[in-house]
Amino acid sequence: MEHHLATKNIGVSVTDKDRAVAEVLGPGPVTISLWVNGKLHELTVAPHTTLAEALRGSLGLTGTKIACNHGACAACSVWLDGMVVAACGVLAIEVGDRMVTTIEGLGTPEKLHPVQAAFIEHDAVQCGFCTPGMVMSCAALLARNPHPHVEDIEAALTGHLCRCGTYPHIVSAMLALSHNETDSE
Amino acid sequence: MTDELYRRERFPSGLAHLGLDTVEREIPSDEPPALAANAELNWIGKAVPRWDAREKVTGTARYTVDIHLPGMLHAAVLRSPYPHARIKSIDISQAEATPGVQAVLRLFATDVPDEEVFVRYAGQAIVAVAADTPELARQVLQSITIDYEPLPFFVDLASSKQAVNATVYENSDLAGVQSAGLPAMATDYELNVNVLGPTNQHSRGDIHKGFAEAAVIAEGRYQTQVQTHCCMEPHAIVASWGGDALEIWMSTQFTAGVRAQFARQFDLPLARVRVHANAIGGGFGSKSQMSWYGRTAAELSRLAGAPVRLVYHRDEEQLDSGNRSSSEQALRIGARADGTLSAIQLQSYGSAGTAFNAGVGAIAAAMYQCTNVDTEHFDVFTNTGPSTAMRGPGNTQGAFALEQAIDEIARQLNMDPVVLRDKIDGSPVRREERRLGAEKIGWAQRTSPGADSGPIKCGLGMAQSMWPALVQTNAACEVRLWRDGRVEVLSSVQDIGTGVGTTLIQVVAEELGIAPELIQVRIGDTEFPSGPPSYGSRTTASITPPARVAAWRVKQALLSMLASNWEVSADELQIQQGQIYLQSDPARRISWQQAAAMLRTDRISETAGRGDDYAGFASHNGDAAMAINGLGGVQFAEVEVDTETGVIRVLKVVAVQDCGRPINPIQLESQVQGGVLMGVSYALLEERIMDTHTGLMLNPNFIDYKLLGLCDMPEIEVTLLENYQGLSATDAYGIAEPANIPTAPAIANAVYNAIGVRLYSLPMTPDKVLQALGTVRGGQG
Repeated sequence: MEHHLATKNIGVSVTDKDRAVAEVLGPGPVTISLWVNGKLHELTVAPHTTLAEALRGSLGLTGTKIACNHGACAACSVWLDGMVVAACGVLAIEVGDRMVTTIEGLGTPEKLHPVQAAFIEHDAVQCGFCTPGMVMSCAALLARNPHPHVEDIEAALTGHLCRCGTYPHIVSAMLALSHNETDSE
Repeated sequence: MTDELYRRERFPSGLAHLGLDTVEREIPSDEPPALAANAELNWIGKAVPRWDAREKVTGTARYTVDIHLPGMLHAAVLRSPYPHARIKSIDISQAEATPGVQAVLRLFATDVPDEEVFVRYAGQAIVAVAADTPELARQVLQSITIDYEPLPFFVDLASSKQAVNATVYENSDLAGVQSAGLPAMATDYELNVNVLGPTNQHSRGDIHKGFAEAAVIAEGRYQTQVQTHCCMEPHAIVASWGGDALEIWMSTQFTAGVRAQFARQFDLPLARVRVHANAIGGGFGSKSQMSWYGRTAAELSRLAGAPVRLVYHRDEEQLDSGNRSSSEQALRIGARADGTLSAIQLQSYGSAGTAFNAGVGAIAAAMYQCTNVDTEHFDVFTNTGPSTAMRGPGNTQGAFALEQAIDEIARQLNMDPVVLRDKIDGSPVRREERRLGAEKIGWAQRTSPGADSGPIKCGLGMAQSMWPALVQTNAACEVRLWRDGRVEVLSSVQDIGTGVGTTLIQVVAEELGIAPELIQVRIGDTEFPSGPPSYGSRTTASITPPARVAAWRVKQALLSMLASNWEVSADELQIQQGQIYLQSDPARRISWQQAAAMLRTDRISETAGRGDDYAGFASHNGDAAMAINGLGGVQFAEVEVDTETGVIRVLKVVAVQDCGRPINPIQLESQVQGGVLMGVSYALLEERIMDTHTGLMLNPNFIDYKLLGLCDMPEIEVTLLENYQGLSATDAYGIAEPANIPTAPAIANAVYNAIGVRLYSLPMTPDKVLQALGTVRGGQG
């Protein structure tokens, strides 16, 4: 049980069902089902395929970016059952029946998520390559804490790297959202 | 009316916050009238939202790594595990015979008689393959057999400088050495073991007389480290041959430039090479050239007869995509009792690895008034990956030494560093920047070193930057007006994250008097008129004037058409907020769309190129020119130094910057914040660490190579000057590099002010702080 909780924090829960499945997977390509952005997809992947690769490759969801591919920059952040994970550090075959949410599932150019709108308004975007990951972590933070303080924002974005230096404008965007919510209450 | 070719116009001039004057300029008669100051404008000077932000925040922006073509193959690269070796043989036969492998390319010919082949750094590419899947491509590299004879090597500047036998090049190799900076030939110099030069000398006056006149002398040896670019999008290219044409998708800072390089490399007409760069995940200097990997992808595509995708992994980025060269600077400055400088002497060494041109800029010789100057620079080759330009190349390294030395002069003379600079810096722009910055950081409250009683000491410091205002004269922009009233702005110029697309929309909206929503920007494609590079802080200065000129000409065409229809003179027509009306009878009006609907053809179009600055250029060489005045920038830093742990925290940075006319203040603020943060990261954290025993990089990843994160960022206050000079149709210049140059020395000077001990080496890590304080002994010293 304790093991279960510990692993759940990084978004990987090992259940008996997963273990049973894992035993019959590989070494050749395997067919799995993935719930992504509310839709069930069937895809065939090599067992070592990461979730980031599966999303970008077979599913064509290229909004999730791979920048370091070793869990050190968080550019590939997606949600597993609402929790932020680095998709380069999760194998596609271990996702199981958890719901994957990617940047494409959060909002669209026509219908933006509030975090996306705030990023635009505060110019929290430069080259944009780290941006989808940043947006996913910010949206997850707001979902669990609608009124984050600077410290909460810092904690939520620790591990995200941006070389252009969008950090200050990301903080302004998030603080504005935090205050907006307060005003409307 | 003056003569036909030119007319005279009065332009706003001066710093807006101090009150504007005007200046008269002679301008070509086919260019638009003088643009008013920002306060009187509708779109220029406003925080118009970034043109591609919607795509970027939703993940729909298309980067090179997102390009997928039918039948596309994947490349992988075999790299040298040795920092220096003779390659005796390369056996690719097994790889070539592997099913699914479509092309194998040796980057060295090992079968030419009497020709020896060397690799000169660990990570240097030797063989590239293209296969059906990325996995297969990487896997098949293991079947390639290379017979190496490892050779002696040096990976650090200090050892390589002392070397007795050459470990990188012989004189006969110099012709093939790539330059890390401005185009120059290594062959113009003689190699002395691993040292080349002096490659850059500035000499004036009499240096001995200068030091004889000095009341005080500041002397120091400064070291700066190798920094890597760390673009978030790796270097990436998709190359596709079709018949006799080459189509390229590339994460590049210069679509038009790499097109010319591909055309030359493959002996194709310019018109048969097309380069696309839609969204680009950062560049910072490292994505300016076709480079060997671009050439390799195109070659593999030709061999395989299919599109080939080559994308660097993060370790390849760190090893072989360029870096900021290191430096070792012996700087000596003499000053008279009144503060005026009597002598500046600099001997610098720098290593750009296997590349040439590891300079420290001309900042020491050029920023301050001094009659007696003697500077010389030497390149030291090392067995490490070649450097390329990186955000403010040269001057960033040079400023770390110069600005600390000036601080030291001020200390010895018991003068305020700001007051001292008021005496020795001839730039009126920087003088005003110092005044504003000092006010904002609370300079008046600055205490003497070590004034805090506890173990945590606070300090304030400042430093300045110098960078030329560059212009690419080979830069053009097309503006099209369609019958539905929509406007397109087209150029091959690329947006690497600076927001140049937004500035084009603003300039065209302003000129046409219509809303930005009617304007679409199409850039990053060489099918459009050639735009400038996104390097050298020159993009805005180069492309916004032709955009305005083209828009003005389109407007003239539309108004002439309407005027002849209304049987009035075009001069009598005005456009405001999408309405065209007769000045003498404003009730006689028509909407922009209605007027466009009257066009005889579906669309009209004008293309304009970048003309000379109205006051001429200070210099003009090939496609690049320098404006008459440079770009100023002054930064102030507030730090906290923990004398028990040695940890430096930067609490606040005030950045006061000049970019001529600011077009989009929020984007400029973003860019300045980026320059400051990269500077803080350079000052405190980043360093490529080489193992001197194996010659390998020990931190080729984002775990061990430390980049500044959000938790470590200081508060940043950005002030942009509005500096009008009446130099072009937009009067706008660059900002990216000047915002990065002064940060590290401003922090170093603040650290001195906090603890009373100077740090001469970057990055300023806790171990160096403690060593400088004398709290710990030993180490490398």
